[in-house]
Amino acid sequence: MEWLIGLQALLQATVRMAAPLTFTAVGETYGERAGVINIGLEGLMLIGAVTAYAVAFASGNVWLGVFAAGLAAATFGVLFGVVTITLGANQIVAGAALNLIGLGLSSFIYRAFFGSVTNRAIQPLETVKIPLLNQIPVVGPVLFEQNLLVYAALLLAPLAALVLNRTMLGLALRSVGEHPKATATAGLSVIGLRYAAVAFGGMMAGIGGAYLSVAYANQFVENMVAGRGFIALAIVVFGRWSPLGALWASLLFGFTFALQLRLQAQSIPIAYQFLQILPYVATIVAMILLRGQSAQPKALGVPYTERT
Amino acid sequence: MTTVTLSRQTGATLWRNIALPLLAILAALLVGALMLALSGFDVAAAYGALWSGIFGNARNIGEALLRATPLILVGAGIAIAFRCGIWNIGAEGQFYMGAAAGAFVGLQAGALSPWLAIPTALLAGALCGGLWAAIAGWLKVRLGLNEVVTTIMLNYIAIGIVGYLVTGPMQEASRYNPQTDEIAAGMVLPRLLPGMRVHAGFLLALLLPVLASILLFRTPWGFALRAVGYNPVAAQHAGIRVNRQYVLAISLSGALAGVAGAVEVLGVIGRLYENISPGYGFTGIAVSLLAANHPIGVIFSGLLFGALTTGAELMQLTAQIPSSMTFILQGLIIAFLVSFRALQGRVWPRG
Repeated sequence: MEWLIGLQALLQATVRMAAPLTFTAVGETYGERAGVINIGLEGLMLIGAVTAYAVAFASGNVWLGVFAAGLAAATFGVLFGVVTITLGANQIVAGAALNLIGLGLSSFIYRAFFGSVTNRAIQPLETVKIPLLNQIPVVGPVLFEQNLLVYAALLLAPLAALVLNRTMLGLALRSVGEHPKATATAGLSVIGLRYAAVAFGGMMAGIGGAYLSVAYANQFVENMVAGRGFIALAIVVFGRWSPLGALWASLLFGFTFALQLRLQAQSIPIAYQFLQILPYVATIVAMILLRGQSAQPKALGVPYTERT
Repeated sequence: MTTVTLSRQTGATLWRNIALPLLAILAALLVGALMLALSGFDVAAAYGALWSGIFGNARNIGEALLRATPLILVGAGIAIAFRCGIWNIGAEGQFYMGAAAGAFVGLQAGALSPWLAIPTALLAGALCGGLWAAIAGWLKVRLGLNEVVTTIMLNYIAIGIVGYLVTGPMQEASRYNPQTDEIAAGMVLPRLLPGMRVHAGFLLALLLPVLASILLFRTPWGFALRAVGYNPVAAQHAGIRVNRQYVLAISLSGALAGVAGAVEVLGVIGRLYENISPGYGFTGIAVSLLAANHPIGVIFSGLLFGALTTGAELMQLTAQIPSSMTFILQGLIIAFLVSFRALQGRVWPRG
């Protein structure tokens, strides 16, 4: 039975590791379906992580921190929108700038305001067991003994899929990314819809980052996002621009992260660096396996102007 | 339709390439000042410390040149890739691979004449960086994988490989720290000025961008490369082998990042260890963008970012401002610059 306990712990960690990726990737899926690619997710997650930590530390309320993180990153998402949607600047360039700003700003805030604080830990987000369901063998502890943000991530994906595929708003968002001119002809605001999408994407990346500081590490560490923003970008492609696809892909990456940590702990005779690069190799392998089935939105990365 | 000219840059674009970056720098410094003030810092003291950190004495200027060297080399490479329309975000990994190759030769070739050994080490760096980048190029043209994602993933993989090398096969003889032994004394790049750390690699950072510029703007191959960047479909119709241009451009881009890595090992650090780059590969993207992806311009933007880095370090020492301020300023400069350029394109559309 020992292997079963090991498997259960591994899967539990998988879901925990997947949650921040799910938030960020679902948000970015919306942005990209609306035609805007934001490679600045890493920076947005860092802004979310530091904001959530700072607010939770100052107020003693973790949820206030998560809320503030979503708000702060959404604000930066809107600023990204001003540069790319309103001014029509290159989205890759603006995203690269956002990464630098997020990296600098998060460690600036941390060093400026917490550099001299000695006890920097915050109350961790507690695990909420869902009665009865958590009694199911293996599945129970994996899915129903997590913190509330994990539940939120697991619910976000189907909800986002529902809105995207079954509502007028979703239809409008999808059309903006495929054929913005047609959307405009139908009397909808291309600009408005794209702003809404990048603001939502920013908010989700912010919450994804917040998860890392308040639900995972219980503190802020400089550059703690460690490439998850970039992995979320890959997840969007891997999940074929669908929220549910993003959830499955996040779980797969969560699994490689969890497996890597577990193998490291077991001192097996493989250099730990090779375990550390597992998620990144997995990304490339996954992309190779899924190649040629691109569902990439047609207007992705193309600024919209009325003139063209 | 806008018509696009592939001729060399003319005086008409001077405004676009010089005045707009200066405006962007000014705007970034203003926002930075606002941020410092809001965080309760003395703005005058902070920027004063930044200024004297850059120009305070000759030694500081030498440090700025030292910091600019890898940024210019990486930036010039990124300029080539971006001119071709292939988004190489992987210079960081290519830098690591180049550093590993440079260190390998540096450790092995001590018995050879430096005139032979040093160029070999630099070429090995170029080769490894170039091959590492070529993987992403190949994955793009053969399998259709998005290079933004693959180059980023290859960064982490390269960093992991270097981590493995310095704790495994290339670890120092004493096996104490995760690093290699020091490279042979004869392999160290000579210093340019007494009392300063700036080394012969800086000359390479002046030379290679000029060569890259000639290649891009004065040769048929450079013309083809830029044609692909402007419009791959049109280039294909014109008989240019687009896929080949992509692979060549990203390989050359990676080669320059690899040289930067080897130069850093031979000129500054003298050995290989984990986390050898403080993000040169990413800052190099900003350096190239600031220069409108022009290799000659990269020399100036690289110098600016090198100076900002040394200035910010002294700003941290003397005015207790976190040195991460540099990343914020760099990001703001890029954000303002793309905004201004887009804005200018709207107010005075070309063509």
